[in-house]
Amino acid sequence: MESPITVWQAIAALLAFAAGAAVVAWSFRAGALALAPHAVARVLRTAPLTASFGLVVILAYVVVALLAPVLAPFGEREVVGGEYLPWDEVHLLGTDNLGRDMLSRLIYGARNTVGIAFATTTVAFVVGSVLGLLAATVGGWLDQVLSRAVDVLMAIPALIFALLLLTILGTSIPNMILVIALIDSTRVFRLARAVAMNVVVMDYIEAARLRGEGLGRLILREILPNASAPLVAEFGLRFCFVFLAISALSFLGLGIQPPTADWGSMVRDNATLITFGDITPLLPAGAIALLTVAVNFVVDWMLHRASGLKE
Amino acid sequence: MTKTTNHSGQLGGISRRRLLQGASALGAAAVVGPLGARVAHAAPKRGGTFRLAMGHGNTSDSYDPATWDNAYVQVFATARHGYLTEIAADGSLVGELAESWEASKDARTWTLKLRSGVRYHSGKAVTAEDVIASLNYHRGEDSKSAAKPIVKGITEMRADGPGVVVVTLEAGNADFPFVLSDYHLPVMPSSGGKIDPTSRDGCGAYVVDSYEPGVRATMKRNPEYWKSGRAHFDAVEMLAIVDPAARQNALVTGEVDAIDRVDLNTVHLLKRARNVEVVTTTGTQHYTFAMDTRAAPFDDNNVRMALKYALDREELVEKILNGYGEVGNDHPIGRSNRYHAASLEQRTYDPDKARHYLKKAGLDKLEVSLSAADAAFTGAVDAAVLYSERAAVAGITVNVVREPNDGYWSNVWMKKPWSAVYWGGRPTEDWMFTTAYAEGAAWNDTFWSHQRFNALLAEARSELDDARRRAMYEEMQALVSNEGGVVVPMFASYVMGLSSKVAHPEQVGANWTLDGFRAIERWWFA
Amino acid sequence: MLQMIAQRLALGVLTLFLISVLIFGAIELLPGDIAEEILGQSATPETVEAFRRELGLDRPAHLRYLDWLGGVAQGDLGHSLANRRPIADLIAGRLANTLFLALYAAVIAVPLSLALGILAALYRNSLYDRAVNVFTLSSISFPEFFVAYILIFFLAQSGLFPSIARVTPGADLADKLHRTFLPALTLTLVVTAHMMRMTRAAIINLLASPYIEMARLKGVGPARIVLRHALPNALAPIINVIALNLAYLITGVVVVEVVFVYPGLGQLMVDSVSKRDVTVVQAAALIFACAYVLLNLVADVLSTLSNPRLVHRR
Repeated sequence: MESPITVWQAIAALLAFAAGAAVVAWSFRAGALALAPHAVARVLRTAPLTASFGLVVILAYVVVALLAPVLAPFGEREVVGGEYLPWDEVHLLGTDNLGRDMLSRLIYGARNTVGIAFATTTVAFVVGSVLGLLAATVGGWLDQVLSRAVDVLMAIPALIFALLLLTILGTSIPNMILVIALIDSTRVFRLARAVAMNVVVMDYIEAARLRGEGLGRLILREILPNASAPLVAEFGLRFCFVFLAISALSFLGLGIQPPTADWGSMVRDNATLITFGDITPLLPAGAIALLTVAVNFVVDWMLHRASGLKE
Repeated sequence: MTKTTNHSGQLGGISRRRLLQGASALGAAAVVGPLGARVAHAAPKRGGTFRLAMGHGNTSDSYDPATWDNAYVQVFATARHGYLTEIAADGSLVGELAESWEASKDARTWTLKLRSGVRYHSGKAVTAEDVIASLNYHRGEDSKSAAKPIVKGITEMRADGPGVVVVTLEAGNADFPFVLSDYHLPVMPSSGGKIDPTSRDGCGAYVVDSYEPGVRATMKRNPEYWKSGRAHFDAVEMLAIVDPAARQNALVTGEVDAIDRVDLNTVHLLKRARNVEVVTTTGTQHYTFAMDTRAAPFDDNNVRMALKYALDREELVEKILNGYGEVGNDHPIGRSNRYHAASLEQRTYDPDKARHYLKKAGLDKLEVSLSAADAAFTGAVDAAVLYSERAAVAGITVNVVREPNDGYWSNVWMKKPWSAVYWGGRPTEDWMFTTAYAEGAAWNDTFWSHQRFNALLAEARSELDDARRRAMYEEMQALVSNEGGVVVPMFASYVMGLSSKVAHPEQVGANWTLDGFRAIERWWFA
Repeated sequence: MLQMIAQRLALGVLTLFLISVLIFGAIELLPGDIAEEILGQSATPETVEAFRRELGLDRPAHLRYLDWLGGVAQGDLGHSLANRRPIADLIAGRLANTLFLALYAAVIAVPLSLALGILAALYRNSLYDRAVNVFTLSSISFPEFFVAYILIFFLAQSGLFPSIARVTPGADLADKLHRTFLPALTLTLVVTAHMMRMTRAAIINLLASPYIEMARLKGVGPARIVLRHALPNALAPIINVIALNLAYLITGVVVVEVVFVYPGLGQLMVDSVSKRDVTVVQAAALIFACAYVLLNLVADVLSTLSNPRLVHRR
C-alpha cells in the first residue's frame, strides 16, 4: 500500500480485473440460468456477458448495502487503531486518516452512497421527465413557462447553485437529495422535452390525438415508450453524477455530515495521497466507478432490447 | 522607573523593561524542523526570483489594511510595508521604523522616535504625520478595521517634530510596543492626515510590480531598502494555490520554491521527495473548542470540566496534526510565551473524571452538539469526530455538526453554543487574554466573565515587576484552564515546504507562518 | 425561423433579468454579508456597521438592486465591493481564460466523442464498444479533482507537463497550449463519456426503425446506414447534449480551475459568493447565463433544422 504505483502495474491490475470479471459474470449467468424460473431465464439468456456482470455487481452492492452491519468487521464510526495502518489480516484494507477501518467504512459507504444516489436520481427523473413530456405534448404556454423556468435554473452553474441553496438551507441529507435532484431534474426535463418533441410530430401521435386519447394516456402509452431509450441512458449517467456532485460539494466544504461514510467524501478526504502514488483513494473511487460501469452495462442491454435489434 | 529604550537589532539600556524582553527572547525560541545545517550557516547570497505559493488568497483581497485576514495578504503586506516594531525570529521585540521608544512611569504615555531618512517606494519621506494617520485609519467611529479593538486603547496621538510621535493610552500597557508590530498597522504615506487605503506604496523591502488578487503578485527588491542583511532575492512572485495537493505538486515539480500549509495527511510522503525540506515552527497558533458559558449546559463548570476530561489530546496531535504540534492545556498560552505556566498540571484524557464531574453536575449522561468546519481549522471536523468517539466512553454524546465553510465566522462562531475555533495567537499574554478572555471583549467567544480573572488582567497590564507579573499570568492560566469555557486541545505548528535551493537563518520566527510573515525579506537562495 | 431566433433572444434577455433577481435574492438570503465575511473572525459589531455604511449596505435591498440594474442598463457593471476594482477589468482577463480553456477542451472532446460514439454504434456490443464504454464511464465516475490528481501523478511529476497552468500575459500560443494541456485533458475526460454515450444511444435507438430496415434490405452497408440514415435523425438529442457539455465547460469548471490554479471565472464566482461580493457574482452569473442561453439557442436552431417536421410544424 505504501509503494507507489506505476503505469504498468495499473494496466496489469486492470487486465487481471477484467479477466476475473468475465469469469464471475459467466458463472453468474450460468448459475442464474439453472436456478431462475423459466420466464426470467429466457430474458437472462439474451443478456450479454457485460450485462450479467453488471447485474452481479449491482446485486452485490445491494446485498452489501442491506447487510452492512453484518458484513462490516468494525463499526462505521469506530476508531480502531492508528492512522493509515497498512493492510493486514485484521484490517483488510488498512485504516483511514483517523484510524477507522477502511473496509468497514467502504461497506457502510455503500449503504449511504447508493441510497442517496438512488433517491436523488429517482426524484430527478420523476419530476424532470413528467414535466418534460407534459411540456412537449401540451405545448403552448405551459411549454413556454416550464422551459423558461428551466432555462433560468440551468443558466446558473450547477455547482454554484447547489452551493448557494445548501448554504441557505443547511446541509442535511434530505436537503442535499432535494437540491441535487432539483438541479438534475432540469437536465432531465430538457432531454425529455427534446426527445418528446421529435415524437409528438410523428403521424401516429397525430392519429392518437384524433382518436381522442386523453393526455395521460397519450403520454404514458404513446410518447413515453418511444422516448424512453435516451431517458434510460441518461438515468445511468445521472445516477453516478450524484456521487460526483457530493464529492465536488465536499471539495467546496459542504459534504455529508460526519461520521457518516460516503464514497464521494472518502475520495475527497484521501485524494492528495494519490499524487504520491498511494492507492488508498482509489478504493472508494473504484467502488463508484465499478457501480457506474455496472449500471451502464445493464442500461446498454436494456437499450438494446428496447431498440428491437435482433443481432 | 521607567525609561525604556530599545535599539533595533540589539537590546539596549538597563531597565526592567529590558528584562521583560530578554525573557521573551528565551521563551519564544522557535522549534525549527530538520535543518539543513549546510545551508543554514552559509552567508546569505543575493539574487534570484523567489516563487512562493501560499494556501490562502482570495479574489476579494485588497491593499486595504483594514481588511487583511489571510496569510497571503499578510505576507504580501509585510514584504512591501514597514512597521513601527518587528518581532524578531527569537520572539523578542526590535524596532523597525521606530528606532527607539520610552514610556512614562505608568506606561500610559509612549514616545516613539522614528528612524530618519527612510523613504517610501514613491520617494516620499516617512514622517510622524504618516505614523499618526496610519494608526488613525483604524480608530474612530467610522473605522471598519479589523484592528480597531487593537488600537482602542489609544486616546491621543501627536507629532513632536518630524521624527517623534507621542501616544497616550487610556490605561497603562507595558506591552504597547508589541501591539505596534501587528500586521494591520503598516506605516503608509498620508496627505491631509489621511492614508490612501487603496495605495500599494510602502517603505518595505520589496516594490510591487503587479498584483492580481487571489492569483499572483510580483515584486522586485527596493534598491533603497535601509536594512542591511535583509532582502536577498532580486524579485519575488507570490502565487495563491489554495488546493493542498496542487500546492505540494507545484513544489515537488519545481514550479515554486516554497509553500506554506503543507497538507499534514501527506507530509510524511512529501518529506521523501528529493530536494524538499520541511520546516516547522511551533509558536502561539492554537485550536480551541469554545463553549458559550452563558448557555445551558455549558453554564455549569462541572459540565465544562467533564468535557475537558473527555478528550484525548495526544490522539488529536497524533492524528489531526500528524505529530506537528503540542498538546494544549485548556488555556491559550503556549510554551513559546514568556509566562507559560509550566507548573500547571497537564490535563489528560480521563473518562472516569469526566463521569465524576458529570455526576457533580447532577447528570448521568449528556448530549451536546459541536459545530465544526474546516474553515475553523484544517481537520476541525475530523477532530470533532475523534472527540465524539472518546467522549462516548464517558457517557457523553457529542453530535458533530459539519457547518458550511462559507460564512463560518459570521454564522457559527460565537453564534452556536459550542464551536471549533482557530487562533493565530498573540505575542503577549495580555494581548491574548484581552482579545478573547476579558469580560466584554469583542472576541470573547466563550462569553466568560470571571471577576478575579478580569481584575488580574487589568493589574498585570501595567505591572512592571517581572516576578509578580509571572505569578499573575500563571494564576490566570490556571483560572482559564479550570473554570474557563474553552477546550484547548492543541498548539499547531506551522509546516512549510522548501526547495533545497532555499536557505533560511538558523532560527525561524514562530510567531506566524513563514518566519513571522517575513520569509521574503529574511530568506535567500543558497 | 428568424422570428423564432428573435423571440428567443428576447426571452434570453428576460432570462438574464430573472437570473439577476434570483442571484441577488439568493445572496441576500445567504447568512452574513460582505462586511461580516471580509472581516471574518476579526469582525466586531461596530466595524461591521461602519463597513456597511461605507459600502451603502445600510440601504434597503431593492434600492441597491435598482441602482445596480440602472448601471447595467447603461453598460456599467460597477465596482467590486470588496476591493473597488472596476468589474470590467476584473472579469476581462478571466473571461478570456475561461473561454480559451473551454474551447481547447471542446476542440478535443467534441470530435473525439462523436467519433467514438458513432464507432461504438457501428460496432455495438463488440470488444471495442465495451472497452470504450468502460474507459469513458470509469473516467467520469472519478470526481474531477481526482482525475486531475491522477493526471498530475502520471504526466506532471515526470516533467512532461506543468502541474499548475500558470498563464502569463504575453505567452505565445504553443506555450499556452502546453501549460493548459492537463486541465484541458481533465475536462475532456470529464465530458467525453456523456456525449459519446448519447451519440451511441441515439443512433442505436433508430436502427430498428422501418426506414433503416428498408435501407438494410436494399443492401446498404452498415457504415452508410449509420452515417447517412441514422445519424441525421439522431442529431437532435446529440446536439442538445453537446450544448449542455459546452455550457458546462464554460460555467462548471471551478474545481479544475482550483486544482490547476487557472484564473478563470468559476473561481472568481465562488470566491465572490463566499465573500458576498454581490456585484462580482452578478457579473459572473450574467456571463455564464449568456453563454448558456446562446449555446442553447444555437442547439435548438440546429436541432430544429435537423428535423424538417419541426421546421414546418403545424
